[in-house]
Amino acid sequence: MAKFNLNINGKEREIDVDPTTPMLWVLRDQIKLVGTKYGCGIAQCGACTVHLDGTAVRSCQLPISSVGDKEITTIEGLSEKGDHPVQQAWLEVDVPQCGYCQAGQIMTASALLEKNPNPTDEEIETAMNGNICRCGTYTRIKKAVKIAANSINA
Amino acid sequence: MTLVKTAIGRRSFIKSSALAGGGLMLGFNWLASCKMTPEEVRNLPKEWFEINGYLKIADNGQVTIMSPNPEGGQNVKTAMPMIVAEELDVDWNDVIVEQAPLNTDLYSRQFIGGSQAIRTSWEGLRMAGASARHMLLMAAAEEWQVPLEEITTESGKIKHTASDKSISYGAMASAAAKVSVPEEVVLKERSDFKIIGASKKNVDGLKIVTGKPLFGIDTYSEGMLTAMIVHPPAFGMKLKSYDNTTLISMPGIRDVFTLKVLEDDYLRQHFDTCTFLEVVAIVGNSTWEVMNAKKAITVEWEPFETYAEERQPYRGPQQTLSIPSGLESSEDHKAKMMEMASKKADVVRKDGNPEKAFRNAAKIIERTYTAPFLAHNCMEPMNFFADVKNDSAQLSGPLQKAELTEKAVSTRLGIPVEKIDIELTRLGGGYGRRSYAHWALEVAVISQKMKAPVKLVYTREDDMTGGIYRPMYQVRYKAALDAKNNLTALLVNAGGIPESPLYANRFPAGAIDNYQAESWTIPTNITIGSFRAPRSNFMASAEQSFLDEIAEAVEKDPIDFRLELLDRAAKNPVGEKNDYDAERYAGVLKLVKEKSNWNNNNSNSKQGVAAYFCHNSYAAQVVDMTWENDQPKIQKVTCAIDCGIVINPDAASNLCEGGIVDGIGNALYGELTFKDGVPQKSNFDSYRMIRISESPKEIDVHFVKNDIDPTGLGEPTFPPVFAALANAMYKATGKRFYNQPFIGGITKLNS
Ligand code: FES
Ligand code: FES
Repeated sequence: MAKFNLNINGKEREIDVDPTTPMLWVLRDQIKLVGTKYGCGIAQCGACTVHLDGTAVRSCQLPISSVGDKEITTIEGLSEKGDHPVQQAWLEVDVPQCGYCQAGQIMTASALLEKNPNPTDEEIETAMNGNICRCGTYTRIKKAVKIAANSINA
Repeated sequence: MTLVKTAIGRRSFIKSSALAGGGLMLGFNWLASCKMTPEEVRNLPKEWFEINGYLKIADNGQVTIMSPNPEGGQNVKTAMPMIVAEELDVDWNDVIVEQAPLNTDLYSRQFIGGSQAIRTSWEGLRMAGASARHMLLMAAAEEWQVPLEEITTESGKIKHTASDKSISYGAMASAAAKVSVPEEVVLKERSDFKIIGASKKNVDGLKIVTGKPLFGIDTYSEGMLTAMIVHPPAFGMKLKSYDNTTLISMPGIRDVFTLKVLEDDYLRQHFDTCTFLEVVAIVGNSTWEVMNAKKAITVEWEPFETYAEERQPYRGPQQTLSIPSGLESSEDHKAKMMEMASKKADVVRKDGNPEKAFRNAAKIIERTYTAPFLAHNCMEPMNFFADVKNDSAQLSGPLQKAELTEKAVSTRLGIPVEKIDIELTRLGGGYGRRSYAHWALEVAVISQKMKAPVKLVYTREDDMTGGIYRPMYQVRYKAALDAKNNLTALLVNAGGIPESPLYANRFPAGAIDNYQAESWTIPTNITIGSFRAPRSNFMASAEQSFLDEIAEAVEKDPIDFRLELLDRAAKNPVGEKNDYDAERYAGVLKLVKEKSNWNNNNSNSKQGVAAYFCHNSYAAQVVDMTWENDQPKIQKVTCAIDCGIVINPDAASNLCEGGIVDGIGNALYGELTFKDGVPQKSNFDSYRMIRISESPKEIDVHFVKNDIDPTGLGEPTFPPVFAALANAMYKATGKRFYNQPFIGGITKLNS
């Protein structure tokens, strides 16, 4: 066990865990931020995506000891009221079916638009290819990313 | 005018009461139907008269509608309340939708499966809304002393135009609670629908996009422990021994023990499939600690002997099933299926004289199609929560057949059903997998032993290698053509491991004079379960690919050829048991032809078509594709579907799009193979799932407009797309695709 001071969604959090514990399980089990999902545990599905200093990372593969003082943003911290342009676009297109993958999709999409506010179709596909949606909402995801891009650029 | 009865004999589908604090509460049965004959009514289970839904109108005008079905992405939590709200005539924005728990006195029958949620509840939901509205009208007529016929409603208001009176539902709700339930009520004319047919957003949309705890896996409670199981690594194996000495001292580990999921003498019901009868449970404080212990444990396994299982199927008498011993491999499965196809099979249907027709044929075309076992791979891995006390138990989690699970849990724990509560959470995908709730039993037993609340979580690997797969299938089609290129006979020889996919009475049965359908099965110890559109998900693929090949052989356009067969089936059907409506079938083909720009020679992309009927709905699709770098690029899928009245069009379209993407993914990549009983894939690094770059660029869904009561929607778009894709791939490559997966995955067994 070891103590860590984490910066999660703009708040300081002190936790005491096994240093090898992946970020995903710290978020879910210790901090009870359960919006970040477990899907595969091996960086293949994207359900656990969070932002680390603004970059999309797979929290299931991120030992808590490697985080340091970097800023962690989860789906719960993406916006105050669910009004981030990506969340808004997701609601407008009514993307989710079961919804389980969607937090990860939204975190990947918002990190993409942060770096590239005008992605081409191909760039969207490349960025989002690591996020599996078993319900098959991909065409809506693409549409929503474009709508979000437009509203960011407006 | 549609008049529905709210009672049959002395049994009533509707019960009203006053709401504590003011207002009206109406309990109803959402499976109620007035269209039944007295004979059918006598045979109805008594639960059908039990109240399992409610709507509340508070005196401040707030309308709450309980959605009785668990939500797993089919949009029932939005669509079902829309139906109630329509008949009640309220503003959708004033409606709050709640998810019902399973086990209170109010609600009883909840499950997802067979795309039937809306179909079976349509009338009951309408009746509930209409009854409440009627009671509000009665109360107003009484208070205003005006004739009932002169009163109307509009968006939550009651009006009497002649006297210029108007009052809100809320203000009249307490008075309405005193009015007796009408014996019959008038339903709205369909042309007056305002909410049904107008797209409404998912009622849980905001919660989903903000990451609220909606799913079973998100359950945390005071003092809760986390459990995982270790199950045999291979089908055909059972537990021999295990060593927990090192584990027990690992940080955060509370206990390690073995458990029997079902008692030996337990009579299994339809969904009580249990792959591994005995598993090792590891219980600890947190997920990561338990995961580490799981990696460290040493367990010895041994092959089991053939054993018998008592089963009570849905219909028919109790059966004794023999579970064969052995460590099976996919290579042997394939060889066995080929062998079965040449043996004598059960003839399930025979029309005319197929033998003679084949003897006299000018040409015979024979093709064999196969498909592998598939894992459901719900994105939310299997999980469940239980808090078992001495004489009661509280469970919660994602579940498709809650009521059946409750009975199994009750038997296993020795606690009466009345003392077991199951709360339903949102499902992170189901597709049939969550009907087989052995994990609910496992966590109940673990919690009973630990005397603490426990959440059981399967790792992705546990989930993927844990059985309950889509079966492995094969079908051989044989067609006879005469000298004039008429299709004179068809033979269908279908089988699978361990179930046959055959639907003997589906199209093209009924359209061909000489027809024979045969069936066979091969036993296995690999467990299977329903998988989105069971059996249809394979038969559509094979049948519609074969018809495409026949159309080519007789030099006809694939759509025209199908329409000719359907025309025959409509005008002069062969046999009486055909289970489809040939005109509705033809309807979706005509619509997809029109919308897909069929035979558009100006385009680079190649088209393939398919149509299928299942779950009481008809779907046809055209896939447009190009072939780039040895890979299919799907430009567009056009889909026509006839599922009767569409409640929530945009969400319905989403579901159809999902079925199409899922179908394309499984057709191209889906496959689980075995070697010596061991599943050869255990996570998404080897099990290839369709990704955004591989999914269609565009999906265009069209609904046939009609006034038929709603039918299945979650499943019917899934089966035909396999074939539409295969037929388009043929156009693009000149190659026919007979064996799924068409492309294969990262660790394909035979390449
Ligand atoms: S859970 Fe991290 S990528 Fe799948
Ligand atoms: S919405 Fe169900 S997995 Fe994506």
